Amino acid sequence: MKKRKVLLTVLAAAVAVTGGIIYAADHLDAPAVSNQATDITDVYVFRGENTNNLVFVANTQGLLSPSATGAAKFDEKTLIEFNIDNTGDNVEDLVIQAIVMNGNMRVYGPYKPTATGTRSTISANAFSVQAKVTPYGQAAIIGEENGIKVFAGPRDDPFFFDLGQYQKIIGGTATSFNNPGTDTFKGTNVMSIVIEVPKSKLGAGSSGALNVWAESKKAIN
Amino acid sequence: MKLKIGLYSMLAGTMFFMACKKGENTPATQQVYEQQDQMGRPAINTVFVSTGEKDMFNTTTPSAMGAAFGAKFKSKLLALNAGYTTNLLGLNADQFTGVLATDVLNASTIAPTTFYDGTNLLTGRALADDVIDVELILIFGGPDASANPGLTSDNVSANDKAFLTSFPYLATPH
Repeated sequence: MKKRKVLLTVLAAAVAVTGGIIYAADHLDAPAVSNQATDITDVYVFRGENTNNLVFVANTQGLLSPSATGAAKFDEKTLIEFNIDNTGDNVEDLVIQAIVMNGNMRVYGPYKPTATGTRSTISANAFSVQAKVTPYGQAAIIGEENGIKVFAGPRDDPFFFDLGQYQKIIGGTATSFNNPGTDTFKGTNVMSIVIEVPKSKLGAGSSGALNVWAESKKAIN
Repeated sequence: MKLKIGLYSMLAGTMFFMACKKGENTPATQQVYEQQDQMGRPAINTVFVSTGEKDMFNTTTPSAMGAAFGAKFKSKLLALNAGYTTNLLGLNADQFTGVLATDVLNASTIAPTTFYDGTNLLTGRALADDVIDVELILIFGGPDASANPGLTSDNVSANDKAFLTSFPYLATPH
């Protein structure tokens, strides 16, 4: 259901087939709920209202209809991890980890991970803040400790794109976008994790440059 | 705190033994999380990866992506836009796909944070940024953004709900 993966499938079909064949988009195949929790739909990094802070957003489980949103959950076996490279080598120097435990989204870091790469552990003593996951339809529950804020729960999907027309273009049944276009993500929700961190905790050099990426990681033992 | 740590260790150990049929003699270990998915820049990076290599891309660390996927990204770019020469950033196909193949979101702790606002480039990604138009322009728009005018904007320029000025910034769900 992940929108980027939908794009990917569409493009792959278009590249592989040179005749405007209608592809079988895999977004019609509902993935298992356990897999949805690991689907990252979007990552955002921007200045906070307090410009001394940077905000990290990871959205998961895209294209939730309002009727499906109340049942959407974070997975206790899925770690969402922001990786931060502050030295320019695209290797994480710091991580911010978020995982739900007993209904609370717990945040660890930013801290230097014990190992880099595709496997992670959580250092219990790096705990920084937690918040109860906000139920659908209720006011945002915000946790704040150690200068770090966290929110976790359903939100409007901030992404906007005329994916439908794009698919037609790639599929060979249209040659341009419409004006106005139609936002495929209008009226849909995501399960969102928002973490605001003082810039001073991010270890940026004098250039202020960071490289950030989000990962979902599944408990394997 | 110590009590909690002990409890978590016991839980992790229990889960380990349940998951591993031959684990009777294996000591309890700390919970390990293995990568399933990753994302840096929006849309464009994943667009360039073939379906069969999706999992591989998602589990290749960013520092290794350029070498593993740069040439494939270039092929995909030229498949999308056979007439590609350079783009608004002055990048030829090798340079452009070289940047894209390393899937990280560049951000700045100094500059205003935006994907591209006409002045600042790749200093973050704000909620309202029209990242799709930026990417369409860079793929299809040629050196001065004037090529393929029907393909350089999807004509959806804003979200369907207003964002908040305060934490958590994203709009309430529908």
